[in-house]
Formats: sequence, structure tokens, C-alpha cells
Amino acid sequence: MLENQIKTHIVKSKTPRENYELSKKNIGYVDRSKATQFDYDRIGFMSGLEVHQQLATKEKLFCRCPAGIYQNKEEYDAEILRHMRPTLSELGEYDRTALMEFKTKKNILYRISNKTACTYDIDDTPPFPINPEALQYALEIALVSKFNIVGEVHITRKQYLDGSIPAGFQRTAILGIEGTIPLKNKNIRLIQLSIEEDSCREVSDLAHTRIYRTDRLGIPLIETVTYPDMSNPDEVMEACNYIRFLNRSTGKVRTGIGAGRQDVNVSCKGGTRIEIKGVAHTKWIPELTHVECFRQWALLAIREKLLTRTKKINWKISYIELNPNDFLFDYLPITQAIERNEKIYAVNLPYFGDILSHFTQPGKAFYDEFTHRLKVIACIERPNMTCNEDLDELLDKDIFQKIQTILHAQTQDAQIIFWAPEEDVKTALDVIEERALMAFDGVPEETRKSFNDGTSIFERVLPGADRMYPDTDSSPIPLDKNWIEKIKLSIPNHVSERYIQFKVWKIPEDCYHYLFTHNYYPLIHRIIQDFDLPPKYIGVFFGQKLKHLHGKYQNINFDINRLYDLFAFLKKESIEICIADKLLKLMFLHPTKDFNSLLNTLPFQKTQKEAILGKIDSIKASFNPRRKNTHKFDKINSIMGQLQPMSIGNIKLSELAKYIINTVE
Amino acid sequence: MSEDLFQGYKGKALETLKKFKVNVWDDAEIESTGGHFSGKILPRAENTNENHLVLKLSTGYNIGIHIETITKISGTNHPQPTFKIPEKVFPYTQGLPHVKLLGTGGTIASRLDYRTGAVIPAFAPGELYGAVPELADICNLETEKIFAVFSENMGPQQYIALAKKIGEEIEKGIDGIVIGHGTDTLQHTGAALSFMCQNLPIPVILVGSQRSSDRPSSDAALNLMHAMTAAAHGNIAEVMICMFGPTSDEYGFLHKGTRVRKMHSSYRSTFRTIGDTPLARVTRQGVFPIKTHYNIRRNDRNVNIIPTFDDRVSMLYYHPGMKADVLDSLIEKGYKGIIWVGTGLGHINKEMYPAVERAHAAGLHQYMTLQTIWGYVNMFVYDTGRDMMAKGIIPAGNMLPEVALIKLGWALGQTDDPKEVKRLMLTPINDEITLREPYNGYLVYQGGVPEVEEFIKKVHK
Repeated sequence: MLENQIKTHIVKSKTPRENYELSKKNIGYVDRSKATQFDYDRIGFMSGLEVHQQLATKEKLFCRCPAGIYQNKEEYDAEILRHMRPTLSELGEYDRTALMEFKTKKNILYRISNKTACTYDIDDTPPFPINPEALQYALEIALVSKFNIVGEVHITRKQYLDGSIPAGFQRTAILGIEGTIPLKNKNIRLIQLSIEEDSCREVSDLAHTRIYRTDRLGIPLIETVTYPDMSNPDEVMEACNYIRFLNRSTGKVRTGIGAGRQDVNVSCKGGTRIEIKGVAHTKWIPELTHVECFRQWALLAIREKLLTRTKKINWKISYIELNPNDFLFDYLPITQAIERNEKIYAVNLPYFGDILSHFTQPGKAFYDEFTHRLKVIACIERPNMTCNEDLDELLDKDIFQKIQTILHAQTQDAQIIFWAPEEDVKTALDVIEERALMAFDGVPEETRKSFNDGTSIFERVLPGADRMYPDTDSSPIPLDKNWIEKIKLSIPNHVSERYIQFKVWKIPEDCYHYLFTHNYYPLIHRIIQDFDLPPKYIGVFFGQKLKHLHGKYQNINFDINRLYDLFAFLKKESIEICIADKLLKLMFLHPTKDFNSLLNTLPFQKTQKEAILGKIDSIKASFNPRRKNTHKFDKINSIMGQLQPMSIGNIKLSELAKYIINTVE
Repeated sequence: MSEDLFQGYKGKALETLKKFKVNVWDDAEIESTGGHFSGKILPRAENTNENHLVLKLSTGYNIGIHIETITKISGTNHPQPTFKIPEKVFPYTQGLPHVKLLGTGGTIASRLDYRTGAVIPAFAPGELYGAVPELADICNLETEKIFAVFSENMGPQQYIALAKKIGEEIEKGIDGIVIGHGTDTLQHTGAALSFMCQNLPIPVILVGSQRSSDRPSSDAALNLMHAMTAAAHGNIAEVMICMFGPTSDEYGFLHKGTRVRKMHSSYRSTFRTIGDTPLARVTRQGVFPIKTHYNIRRNDRNVNIIPTFDDRVSMLYYHPGMKADVLDSLIEKGYKGIIWVGTGLGHINKEMYPAVERAHAAGLHQYMTLQTIWGYVNMFVYDTGRDMMAKGIIPAGNMLPEVALIKLGWALGQTDDPKEVKRLMLTPINDEITLREPYNGYLVYQGGVPEVEEFIKKVHK
């Protein structure tokens, strides 16, 4: 009794919001802006990456459909319905959660466009031989990343039960293992590089129907996997950028939205390797990894708290169906559910008082872990639940008091109310009990979906740790030694070498990200070499001026190779390169005009250097100072100002200035 | 020492394994000129080159390492793993029909061994229950593996054994029979059993899968559930083939064993009834007849088993330029029956005529079927057809070529008398020849036509 009274005292003295804030403080959460390496070491921050990059091939990986052609959501020629059945695990048993998900019967619909998908894509035809173009591109990247290349490529099947691949598995193969990339302060070890087929794009996921498009499916992709060597969020982003720049440095990869995506693996000390899937932007990575690491830290704190109160063994929920007539529900999602004839259930979670409102992520509490599982596994659309510790206190306290009485709840318990179609109630109850039980173990294995505010939600259950098996539809591909040697000759220099070269060229550091992202190094290098131009000027020309115009005229399709032609033209016509700045803007505005017409538009007239310099004396003579004590620089500036328009392109402005200064002095 | 320590390795690879004293299944650390690799040594597949060693990495991926690059291998010994599906008792449910599942060798269900990638077949009721637990809601199941052959190796011997087995099981009082079978020759076995097992009181369902059961998108489990549903609860007592209707996981078709054909090498919805509609649709909810006339389930056990077959029959697929010696060699080798697969309405070239006459004189029974698959043989339209009939080739109506071959073997197993053989051949036992072809019996629509495209978009493929 005494024990109960103490708990009562602890549990009921705070509002959910207060408890949330207190628990946030207790686990030592700090904002990323204030976090130091000390904080990350304290919670044992550990992160690794799986960087996916589409290859710029003409065709898909295992069939001859064109790659890179996308369809709109409503643009399709046929639909195919499939269900994904979990296969037996190592011990001959189904994964509990996977089976639960299967039993709720998710209908997977594939929207097929004849242009972009064939019978292979929907698993009605066995694979064709691997696309040799893709294999070569992937090998190039594997060689740049200094991987040990395998002697023979074995196609393997990796199971996916979410339907993102119609076969239920992805064909994938290792090309290299054990590579390294250099970061500013340390080397990051790479586990492996594999080549694989891309998955479908999701159109929608509503209740029991998930719809996919099959256009992206089968596009060749490489995946570079790192060891969990990154020990703070910024390092993860740096490593990710490096790998992406490296991939792009070959010029053999696709760019644009979705062409490069990464899965970020994070764990804290005592936590679980959690995979945050499909992070589209590297700039999201620091916040995401920071938040996820602390989420795990919070879950471990919850575990400790629970274990001081009770044991996992024999723990179970109790529940009851609520008659809507007995309660005054005024929360709209519930009243709408009642109109749809859905069932409303109250669940008691013994000893979970103060746990449901425990901090997990900024703005999210432990009960959020339930709602997304109810959506994904039990197929119940959100909002699908609330609880007596909801931070927004959506329901009246009286309702919960009544429920607590009905369920004979103790004061240290917590209650969830959920609403669902009748056929999904059983799974929903299973889901709630299962997730609550997982809290006793700490951090459940799952994949998570990211948001740009840095938080993440439950996405899928992992289909078991082991889900790889050989592809019986294809035979091993021996890699010819001579072929590999030949590819070696054509690979680009390492990103880190290019970085050093940029430094040597004195190109400002703030240009690098843009230059690497767009892989402009080879072009810059060619321009500098072929026309013997000052590297710094060319670097800044690309890294600042081009970047500025690219941003300003985003919808203009600018052919970057014209810049080589521009400098070739200026060289041939012996025009001073400083005019390139002015021409660049005109090239954006008039993409089809030739360089001579652009010069006329400026306008520009070719004038001999001597003719321009000859004018200095007469301008100097006609200089009329407005004030008595005019400084000599005013005179210089005035002359410069008058001569500049005709000088650009004809004489270096620095040279002109020197002449004027000499004359005036 | 029956255990093979070097499964599949030959030549240089085998030498290398022996040199470093490592075996298949060992956990190995390998030094090579291409770097360091560690993993489990896997068996080498047959018919692959001798130059590579296969390693399973801890990530689950397999790779091959060229033998010539290897400088050192050190291994930790591991015995060959043993695989077994833990059996669970198939629950008995009072009131549910009893179904017998006969295995012929194809994989009906299986589980994967991720350590090795091996696919372990599941067949015993307990194993099947582990793989497809839904079966227990459909019927009470018994299983018996009667052969272990691939579909392409099924033949007359197996047809006869199956027919006798079906007779025995019916006598014992079973409510339905399901036969697991590879899909390549499903239609041949379907035809053979249709002729050998007449006047069936219960359903006999042949079922296979187009995608192996080790993949999440396999059609195996759903086909099996459909077949069990039709065998346990269906009212149609015929030899039927049960496979996917559309390629979508929606429903199956029950096809007559005598009118069905595999029409695509790999599609799930590959089996189609030719020249008619399927007998019925089947879902997990039950059997929904499409045809109005069929053989109805009975309580008696009066089946008529006629397990005969003479395998001295063959098929000639006519092509322009075909030489007479092809037929002559069959005569010479003592063949007794020939199924011609002719062009158009049932034609072969004049060059063959003397050989056709020689075959007729030698007592060979010759029947004409069609390359067009759909439609009737009609040898009256052109003179050449009449010529051929005069020389001894008998038109076989709209009997499918494979069905005609099986039926001729079955008939010749009973008699050599040309008149009797002809009577058996041309008297339909279960619609292998139909008197009429309904308009919806021939539907091969072409893509690109707007109204066809509209249909395809609307209805799940």
C-alpha cells in the first residue's frame, strides 16, 4: 500500500506538459546548437551511412526498360494487386510483427506505365542479364572509393515486405568491400559498395491500400555503406557529402531530386542501430542524427523507469470497448469515427503513468511511438488515438476518470483511447501491447521516416536481421582482371585531391560545395589548362557567379558545356576574359544566341589597347574638379569611370588603372 | 565418410581449398592480392567455372574471389549445417472436409536458410502448416509424397501411378485430392488424369506455382489455398488445374484438365482455358462456377480408373520444308501413333504424302491437330485436306495437340484396333473436343487499341 501511495504522489503531481519538460531535462537533452562533443560522448553517439546513388544509365538494371523516365501519379496503363507474404525466418517461425502486418492484409497496388515498366518489373518475367553499362559505372565508383573489388559478382536477393519491390526482394550484389574516404580530421572506413535496383515510388498509403508507381523501380543504384565511425552529427553530414561528391566526380550518376538518397544509421550507448530511411537532403542529417540519438537515450531512461516499477514478464494490457452513448466525446476525430461506425476502445497500460508523456523527441512524447505503429501495422488512419497524458489534453479529464474506474486502473497506470474499424481492432490491441512490452527492452529495431525538422516516425518493422539469399535466377558474373585494369585508367582523381587542387588554385572555400555538387572540377580543369587562364578567376566565375545565376534563373536549362566554348571564343578572339562575367548573364537570358550576337547586345566594340590608353591624356585635361581640394584619386576614378565601358574585354582593368595612375602622378 | 567437404569445387579451386586445409562451411579469413576478405565458404554451384571461391559475408551477401589472387586462407572448422523445418502439428478441426495432398516433386512450400541460401522444401502437413497456416482453416490435411521428379520428367509411368492412387484414396473416403505439380507439364498430367480417372465423385485438383514459395510475392501459398478450397468445399468433381486468374493476387481459375494450356513462360496467370471459358473462379471464400454444366460432387465412391498408356506415340509439328524421312524414322522405330500439328485448318505439304501413306500402311494411327491452338481442324475446305484424310489422317476436332497426344497414348494402351482407337479418340470424355466454340472462348486482345487499354486500366491485370 505504502509503495502505491508513493507512486501516486510521483505520478499525479504534474501535467503531461510538465512531465514532458521534466523528463527532457532529466535525460539531459540539449539543443544541437548548444551540444558539444562532450554531450555526444556522454550518450555514446554512433552513426553510419548507406548512401544510395542512381547511375546515369540508359536502361534499367535487369531489364531493358528506359531508366529515368517518370510518370505522374495518375498516369498509368494498368494496375496489379499483390500481397507480400513473410517467409519463414531462420528458426522456421514468422517474425511476430511481420505476421501481424500480413494478417491485417495490406493490398499493394502497382501502377504501371507501359513506357517505363515491363513484365520483369512486376515479377512476371525472370531477370535479363545485368546491364553492363551499370556494372561498369558502379565499378568505376568502387575503384575511386578504393574498395577491394570482388573476383565474381553474385546477385543476391534482399527481402522487403513493404511492397516497394513487387518481387518482395531487391536484387543486389557486392562489387567491393573495405574502402576508405578521408574527412578533414579522420578517415572513415567503408564496409561495402553494392549495385542494386531502385524501388517503387509510393503514391499513397491509406488504410489497407498502399499504391506504388513502377517508374523508378529497377533503375541501377549503388549503395556505399560506411562503418559507424562518425561520432557527431556534423561528421555524418561531412561523410555523406564526401561520398556524394565522390559519386558525382565520375560524371556517371544521375542528379536531381531523388537520384541520391541516404539511409542514416544511428545508435546511442546501449541503444539499437536504427535506420532512418530515404533522407533526401544531406543538410537534414545533423539535426536528424542528433534527435534520434537522444530519442534512444530517452527510451533507455523509460526502460529504467519501468523496470524499477515492474517486470516485463506477465505484463499485459487490459481493455474495453466504449459505448459512445456513455461518454461525451467532443473531439472531432472521435465523433467522426463514431459516424463511420468505428469502434472505440480504452486500453489500460499498468505502470505506464508518466511514461506516455515522457520526452522522446522535440515536440514528441512516448505515446507518439504507438500512433504511427497503429497506422502502419494495423492500417488505422491518423489521428487514431489519444491518451490521458496527451500533451494537448484532447479529452476531458472526466472521461479518463470514468475509464480508469471501468478498467480498475491503478493510479500509476496510463490509458490510451483508440478508434478503428472493427476488423482492425484486434491488431490494434496487439500493436499497443507489443510496443509497450518493447519499452521494457529499450529501443525496438525498426526503420524510421524523417522530417525536415529533425524528428522521425516509425516507418516499418525490420524483416528480421537475416534477409539475404542467393538469386537462383542469375548466375555469378566473373570480373575480368583486364577489364578492371582498363577501368582503373579512366577513373577520376579523388575528391580529396581535387580539394587540395582547389586550395592550390586559391579558390575560396565557400565555392567548394557548389563545385563538388555539380562536379565542375573536370570542366574547370579543362578551361584552365586549355586556355591558360588564371585558376582563381575561373573558380570564382563558377563557384560564385554561375552559382548566383543558377539560383536566379532556376527554370532555365543552361548547357554548362557552353562555358568551355565561351572561353575558347574569348581566347580565339583575343578578348580579355573579364567580359565573361557580363556575357554569362546574357547567356542565361538568350540561351540560343551565339557569342558574337551577345557581344553586340552588350554592346562591345573591339578597340586597340593603345587607342584606349591614348584617350587618358585628353580626359585628364578636361577633368574639372568640383571642389578645390580635390584628391588625385577623384581624378583617377573619373578617368577610369569614363574609360571602363570601352575597356572591358579590350584591356585588363588592373592594367588600365596602372596606366591612369602613372599618367595622373 | 559420406559428407562432401568440398561441395561443387573442382580443379584449381579444389586444390586451393585442400592446400589451405579448409572446407565448405568453414568460417574463413582470406588474404588476396585484392585485399582481405572474411566470411563463410559456401558450396560452389554445378556448371560454374573452376576459378572462384564463394564466400558469404557477415552482411549476408555472397561474393566470389578469384583463386589466383588468394595468398592465404585460415579457417575455423564448421560442420555442415542441418536444415529442418520445425514441425507443428496440423490442427484437426471437427467438421472440416478431409483433403489429401499428393506430392510429385515440385516445391509446394519452402523455407529459406539464410546462412547458406538453401531453400528447404516443406511438405509434411506440419511443415506446410508452418508455412501456410491459413490451410488449417480450410480443411483437415493429409499428405503423401509419391514421387520426387521435376515437372518435365513426369510421364506415363507417373500418370498411371497417380491414377491408381486417386482410385485408392477415393475408395478410402477422402473428400478431395490436391496434387502438387511443376507447371511445365501440368496440362499433360491434367489430360492424362482426366482420361484415366472417369466418373469422379470428388474434385481432383492439380496445382503449382509460377514463383517459388521462398519469395514474399510468390503465388504458391494463394494457389495452394485456392486448390484446397476447391478440393474441400467445391462442388465440381472433375480433374482440374487451379492457377492464378489474373497476375494480381485476386482469384484463381479452375480449368478442365482437357482444355487448358500454359500460355506464358513466366507469368503467374499463365494457364488459360482454350476454346471455352474456365469452369469456375476460386477465391479463399469458395468456388464460383462460370460454366453451368459440370460433373457434380457425389457421395458414392464409384470412380472408373483406366490406368493404361502406350508410350509409342509422338507428335510432328509441321513446318514448311519438312522432309518425309522424319516420319519414316518414326515408322521404322516402331511408333504406333502420330499426332500431327498442322498449319491453318490442319495442313501439311504434299512432299509428306508418300510417307503418310507408308505410315498408314504400317498401321500407325495418325490424327490432325492445329498450330493455331484455337479453332477446329477442317479438312474438307481444301482438296489437300481430303487427300490427307484419304491417306489415313483423322481430324481431331478442336482437341489441343498435347491433349490429343496423351489421349492417343491412353487409347493405344487399351486397343490397337483402328476403329476402336478412333471411337475412343473422337468420343469426348470431358470436353477435350467440344461441339461448339462460344464467342468468349477465343479472347486474345491486342494492346494499343483504346478500348482494350481502357479495360486493362480499369481491371487489375
